[in-house]
Amino acid sequence: MEANQILFIAIALLTVLSAAMVAFSNKLIHSAFALLATFTGFAMLYVYLSADFLAVTQIVVYVGGILILILFGVLMTHKIYSTTKKTAHNSLIVSLLGGILSAGLILFIISKAPWAPLLAKGFNPTTAIIGKEILTGYLLPFEIISVLLLGALIGAIYIARAEDK
Amino acid sequence: MVGFYTVLLFIFTGAFLVSFTVALSRFFAPTKQYPEKLIPYECGDLPQGDAWIQFNNRFYIVALIFLIFDVEVMFLFPWAVVFNDMGLLAFVEMFIFIVVLLVGYAYVWVKGDLDWIKPKPRLEHLAKGKGE
Amino acid sequence: MEPLVQFFYILLPFLRDWPEWLALTVIGIVAALLMFGFVAIFALFAIWLERKVSAHMQDRIGPMEVGGWHGWAQTIADTIKLLVKEDIVPENADRILFKLAPAIVFTAALAGFAVLPWTQDFIPADLNVGLLYILSVSSFAVIGILMGGWASNNKWSLYGAMRSASQMVSYEIPVALALLAVVMNAGTLSMRHLVMAQSGNILDWNVFNFFPLTAVAFIIYFVASLAEVNRTPFDLPEGESELVGGFHTEYSGMRFAFFFLGEYANMYVVSAIATTVFLGGWLPPFEFLSFIPGPIWFVGKAMTMVFIQMWLRWTLPRLRVDQLMYTCWKVLTPFSFAIILLIGLWKVI
Repeated sequence: MEANQILFIAIALLTVLSAAMVAFSNKLIHSAFALLATFTGFAMLYVYLSADFLAVTQIVVYVGGILILILFGVLMTHKIYSTTKKTAHNSLIVSLLGGILSAGLILFIISKAPWAPLLAKGFNPTTAIIGKEILTGYLLPFEIISVLLLGALIGAIYIARAEDK
Repeated sequence: MVGFYTVLLFIFTGAFLVSFTVALSRFFAPTKQYPEKLIPYECGDLPQGDAWIQFNNRFYIVALIFLIFDVEVMFLFPWAVVFNDMGLLAFVEMFIFIVVLLVGYAYVWVKGDLDWIKPKPRLEHLAKGKGE
Repeated sequence: MEPLVQFFYILLPFLRDWPEWLALTVIGIVAALLMFGFVAIFALFAIWLERKVSAHMQDRIGPMEVGGWHGWAQTIADTIKLLVKEDIVPENADRILFKLAPAIVFTAALAGFAVLPWTQDFIPADLNVGLLYILSVSSFAVIGILMGGWASNNKWSLYGAMRSASQMVSYEIPVALALLAVVMNAGTLSMRHLVMAQSGNILDWNVFNFFPLTAVAFIIYFVASLAEVNRTPFDLPEGESELVGGFHTEYSGMRFAFFFLGEYANMYVVSAIATTVFLGGWLPPFEFLSFIPGPIWFVGKAMTMVFIQMWLRWTLPRLRVDQLMYTCWKVLTPFSFAIILLIGLWKVI
């Protein structure tokens, strides 16, 4: 086995195991911190897909933004340390069905995706390509994103403020 | 790819150096622990209540606003890289993008979400405090 | 090929005969250890310098005893003292997270050194997304600080960590936007190419581009980076008169030392970024000075910025929390947006 592949397996293991820790840890705050390893693992996997811009974006947005938001959210809950995770719906059948459905969807995507040619392309800087594409081919989705972000900002702030009162 | 591998090695080396040095200090440092020493510091008194307190949701709102702008900035970087080649078209397109988000910025500004709670010092007690 | 790998292949030709992955690993680890050595020496020197600068600004003389000449060995003695200090984990603390936090903060600081271009041929990792990489590394530091503050089970620590986190994330927006102003002109995110785009004399440096727009961006970057590294006037998270020690109140011995080391390393990183992006990196200000090697210019410029940080620390008072948020969201952010739009307008017209 090549050294490259061993590294890949190590990164994949890190991602999967830390994700399992997020799901199975009994303490809410441990789940939140385990996400750090999961997000970092994702970023490393993006590097393997030769998506350098996406990898750093993953870190900046997910670790630097979303994880901090989650941590602040966790710190705002009562009795952080002793809280056990409970979900409102505990039906085994529904969760099993949902799990099987999403697993099937992922398997479908895996079987349909053209994997090998993507990996064979090699490592090229992607930032400029992304910049050109969002300004030409994907202009409309790009402008819609700004409206989406605007809606997200106003909506989220409105709800957060309502909780305050 | 090689560059990212170097970064990974930097991370490993950093983590190794920290654990190595902390382990090294085990050999030199004394370990005399008694219950009082392990009490969290609270100005010499016994800690009152739970340290894991609930936080003001100002922090949460600031993080929310940050997240939105963070995503926006990440979109601006690829644009800035190709700005030289694209010229006026790129400028107009990004101008629309920024202006839409500035509307949101204006909204949170006007609604006062960017203000932190200001201290309201009550100074009356000082006026009649000392002299009497 | 990467500049670093090339550098080592020329220096040590026998590396070419090794299998590639082994050679790359050895080169990477050697580079990381070199950077660690620099961080350690820099921190020893900067802590001594800071005490001396503060002393002279306050008409004192500072440490004079250890080592003879102006107490130069004071920090070395302090480090040895920290090494023989007891390592205390407070009761009820979250032991795993408590021990992990200093490692994350320090590793993030060290990883920042991976993309600093010391000279054209020596840059540990010349990433295509170097500038964004710097931003992403700083977000790890925020997580580490929150982790340490939370795990300590101490009110001061948690409060300091929360303040620190919200301050660091808020000021990341002006930092990113100020850097963006330069990227718009240079058209690259690689640190090496950013410097190479500034070659010429002092007037070709980015600070003097689109005068005075980029100069204002430079000032915005500098102010925001002070907040990113929790330096005065933005040192609320560690305001010792109100929060004891901030997030590291409960840390002792080597773990505390690594928080401290990380902090000084970050001081150098933000100064080095300012140097690279705005002040021409390793380039000399005038052509006839080019006989002085690049790394000396690079370190010299960065050290000047570090000195300015110290100067400000012992000159300015600390801001209040509401003033802190005001400065970030109502002064720096609108100004940096305006600068980006103005530079864009300048370029298209």
